[in-house]
Amino acid sequence: MSTIETSGKAAGPVGDTSSAGPRNVSPDLMAMRRRDQRRKWSEIALFTSPALILFALFVVFPVASAARYSLYKWNGVKKFSEAEFIGFENYTRALWGGNDPATQQAFKTAYSEPFWQAVGHNVLIIVASMAIQLPLALIIALILNRKFPGRSIVRVIIFAPYVISEVIAGVMWFIIFDPYGIATKFVESIGLSAPDGGWFESQTWGIWTVFFVVTWKYLGLAIILFLAGLSGVPQELQEAASIDGASWWQVQRRINIPLIGPTIRIWVFLSLIGSIQLFDMVWVLNRGGTQGQYATIATFMMQFGYFRKDVGFGSAVAVIMFLISLLVAVGYMLTVLRRDNDNSEVAR
Amino acid sequence: MAHMRRMAAIAALAASSALVLAACTSPSEDPTSGPTDTGSNSEPVTLTWWHNAVAGDNGENPLGDLWQSVADEFTADHPNVTIEIEQIQNEDLQRTRIPTALQSGDAPDIFQQWGGGELAAQVEAGYLMDLTGPLADTISSLGGAVAPWQTAGSTYGIPFQFGVEGIWYRKSLFEQAGITGEPATMAELGDAVNKLKAADIVPIAVGAGDKWPAAHWWYNFALRSCSKDVLQASGTSFDFSDACWVQAGKDLEEFIGTEPFQPDFTSTVAQTGATSSAGMVATGTAAMELMGHWNAFVYDGFMETDEDKAALSADLGWFPMPATASGAGDPTAALGGGDGFSCYIDAPAVCADFLAYIASADVQKRFAAEVGGLPVNPEAADSVTNENLKELAAVAGNAGYVQLWLDTTYGPNVGGAMNDGIVAIFGGSGDAQGVVDGMTAAAVVQ
Repeated sequence: MSTIETSGKAAGPVGDTSSAGPRNVSPDLMAMRRRDQRRKWSEIALFTSPALILFALFVVFPVASAARYSLYKWNGVKKFSEAEFIGFENYTRALWGGNDPATQQAFKTAYSEPFWQAVGHNVLIIVASMAIQLPLALIIALILNRKFPGRSIVRVIIFAPYVISEVIAGVMWFIIFDPYGIATKFVESIGLSAPDGGWFESQTWGIWTVFFVVTWKYLGLAIILFLAGLSGVPQELQEAASIDGASWWQVQRRINIPLIGPTIRIWVFLSLIGSIQLFDMVWVLNRGGTQGQYATIATFMMQFGYFRKDVGFGSAVAVIMFLISLLVAVGYMLTVLRRDNDNSEVAR
Repeated sequence: MAHMRRMAAIAALAASSALVLAACTSPSEDPTSGPTDTGSNSEPVTLTWWHNAVAGDNGENPLGDLWQSVADEFTADHPNVTIEIEQIQNEDLQRTRIPTALQSGDAPDIFQQWGGGELAAQVEAGYLMDLTGPLADTISSLGGAVAPWQTAGSTYGIPFQFGVEGIWYRKSLFEQAGITGEPATMAELGDAVNKLKAADIVPIAVGAGDKWPAAHWWYNFALRSCSKDVLQASGTSFDFSDACWVQAGKDLEEFIGTEPFQPDFTSTVAQTGATSSAGMVATGTAAMELMGHWNAFVYDGFMETDEDKAALSADLGWFPMPATASGAGDPTAALGGGDGFSCYIDAPAVCADFLAYIASADVQKRFAAEVGGLPVNPEAADSVTNENLKELAAVAGNAGYVQLWLDTTYGPNVGGAMNDGIVAIFGGSGDAQGVVDGMTAAAVVQ
């Protein structure tokens, strides 16, 4: 996305100059301008083509391939040329169980319901991220923004989970949340009991346990981003407010939080996309659960497209996920982030 | 104007990348392979061999060592043949490496083959060498064990190991609970479960977190509720409309209702760590586990010293899965599975000779004696030393018929849907009909 936008912007002024060109200028000057133009374009081509070729090879081509595979019934074993074209059936099966009355019920239970269950989990993680992670990270960042001994150590510790490999962190939490593990012992020691079926396997609590792990993993990023934003807020503003009698909380609410708005909005954007595409942690934690208790669209896709070798269906799910991400990303850019982009251009 | 030029540049770029891609994806012939007939002449040939024998945690790899010496002996006898071995972890090999290599048109000459639906799909796509003619003698010497590697009357793989599953149990825990004999009927199994619970011992461990160990319980109920004809026809017709399939789920629901398993069983994996189902049996927390022949060695892996291993081995017993009181199935039928090898369609003809050597009595005897495996060649049967494996082999030999693991029979799609449906019964979120629905849906799209 961003590549397309940038290239679009870069082309803008060029178009303006060429259309303004022919007025009251000598042919020599025009020839010179044309040469300049040519040089400019050859430079652009020279410098962007390696990146564009890579982008086309590793992003555009796979996306287009997935879109193509999604229209076929293909098991990934036989040659694709022998695969059967079935139109949008893979999509309809995922969305409402397909249009064939004879098999609709079967597809509904086996394909459509788990798909929507996974979509629901992604939505829940998005909502919970905004409702829980955002305020939590903000409060911690505001507290850590003050000078106190050992501040940098605390910052490193908070950021540590984000740096740890996803697989290592996943295995660690899987062991901690084993039904016979330390988490169970802990809640039992305070007189509670662990969820029925196990922490991750519980139909009710599974997704929340995963959300806890994901929060542990990614909260550090939010805090560090917010702290970076806070360090850009001019000290004088806060001091002036304090002198005028503003309380610590008033300084945060009226000065710090509004001024790191752009940072918060960028984090929300990253979090949205990350939540839609959430895969690795969920996969390491036993592949989304034995009954998809905490499956996401991405793990659902992996289960069907890769392990069941229904490559066509898996591709259809991938395309759906791509479209959701695209819609959310473009929508967010055009609405919420537009303000920040405009501001930054004015500032420039 | 600028816009037009940009479009042109993008179009040119797209065209050039399309050319690059076309060059990348055009089917390329492997120069080293091809339908060469180099079985007996002296033209040098190289066989690439992918198998799943990788070193364990302790660094030992008896099976890998055996395969290496088998390859060395074969090349000594055939000086024109070179064998290049690649050892690849089982799941990587089966799920990623082999399918990708077959797609690419540059597959290894010899590779691991688990038989059933996966083999049938590979045959249909034209990837496997037909061994029916070249290995007629070997195939007849192995008898019925080759069946999972056959499709439509032709043989496309040669097994080196095959075993049936049953219930492994700890004799000392049975004694402690006052159980005198091995359960032979479901009622006796139920009795044993109750006695063990009374003695505060987990009756049966199941690694439902890995799905397939839970699914095997359903397979066994299906083996009893469905007639041999229905079961065997389903492998090719994928018709699950017979009421026996739903009945299998109902029998399972009833059995789960008696609470024979450890608590939180969908959080338990099969083989990793002391809290796994195998770990629970090895450490004496649980008394029984339904598993294949390989579990003798899985249990061993939890023991530190040779003495502990010997003590555990002496305390382990095995009995076949009891038959249900009713159902159209053969009460003596057993479920089983094994490992074999296939030759790629373009492999040199000498590949088949090498498979025959692997299945020969000599190599099979060493497979039993040195690796502790369960050979398929009847001449090697005497080389099995483990008492439980001997009993297991006898049960397999006397079985009315041996049905290949159902997930292997149906292939990854229907098999995966079946396992997902079954584990949903275990977890309480699915029912007997759900399993059949899932299989029916997957059968349409596979």
